[in-house]
Amino acid sequence: MFFQKELRRQPEFWEGVREQSNVSVGIAAWGLMTGVAMVESGLSALEAVLMTLIVFAGSAQLAAVPMLVGGAPVWVIVAAAFCVNLRFVVFSAHLRPYMMHLPLWQRLVSGYVMVDLTYVFFTRRFPVPGTTPQERLSQQAYMMGNCAINYLAWMGASLVGIALSSAVPTAWGLGFAGILALVGVLASMASSGLRVVSAGVAGTAAVAAWALPLKLNIVVAIASAVAVCLVIEAMRPPRDPLGAHGV
Amino acid sequence: MFDLDPRTLITILALGVVSVLTRSLFFISSSPWTLPRWAQRGLNYAPIAALAAVVVPEIVMAQGALITPWSDARVYATIAGLGWFYWKRGVLGTIVTGMAVYLPLHLGLGW
Repeated sequence: MFFQKELRRQPEFWEGVREQSNVSVGIAAWGLMTGVAMVESGLSALEAVLMTLIVFAGSAQLAAVPMLVGGAPVWVIVAAAFCVNLRFVVFSAHLRPYMMHLPLWQRLVSGYVMVDLTYVFFTRRFPVPGTTPQERLSQQAYMMGNCAINYLAWMGASLVGIALSSAVPTAWGLGFAGILALVGVLASMASSGLRVVSAGVAGTAAVAAWALPLKLNIVVAIASAVAVCLVIEAMRPPRDPLGAHGV
Repeated sequence: MFDLDPRTLITILALGVVSVLTRSLFFISSSPWTLPRWAQRGLNYAPIAALAAVVVPEIVMAQGALITPWSDARVYATIAGLGWFYWKRGVLGTIVTGMAVYLPLHLGLGW
């Protein structure tokens, strides 16, 4: 956890802080607009603050608020948020080998603070789970430095957005800065042919499956991109002794 | 401003549980288990796929339909941002350049 001194002593903690700081303007703009949007859609300021601090999931919050205001049953809202969050289940399957040396409560807290961008940064920095205690410590330090900045940028900006909701209309489109941050990270990840294919298939599928409810188009897109890449991988001759980690 | 409906509070707490559960689902059980080999390989492509799936519709769609690209600020902003990225390799510059193109077009011309 980021409050552990041991982790802050690792150089990787500060590396994680630096890398996430580069995109934190975008995250903050996105958080700001999420805060504004929650109040504009009809939550009271107190409810919006509680939702920000407890739920910590932008897209699930934005999906839940109109349902909440419209009087949908609690279980329906919960089921909807679960579907919107399904991509995180994929991330948790991926991250399991990095996490299992930690006690349960730390695994749960780490999972809770791990969102899209921190997952992307972490798996880009560490394609293979650590095997020695020092490697694991370094990885955990990076993860927590990264997550801490993301958390602070998101929470701080969301709370400011709630406070300023009447002064900053969503029509200004400041939230687009968050998308631009993701575009930059996306471009930095497109480092191999198959990764470009993966991004292309996923982007196309997400647009084609847009009509699906509850952002399930994102899950469909991930599944199709992974499937296409696995098929291409199986068809081309093996040449990389590093296997999966060389791609 | 400080209203708090009990049903809203219960929903918020339940959504917090959903956040923890979905993000930690595969961390909960500590019994030995590993993903099948093909799934492990497939997960190498998941991060970029997830990102593209979130990003692309936000750029090329409006109200559930593909936009006409020549009159949407987001497309030009994305091109400008990517241009910066391939020139200088910085995400912060990508955001700043993109917004410098986006805001005048969006607020000025209403694109």
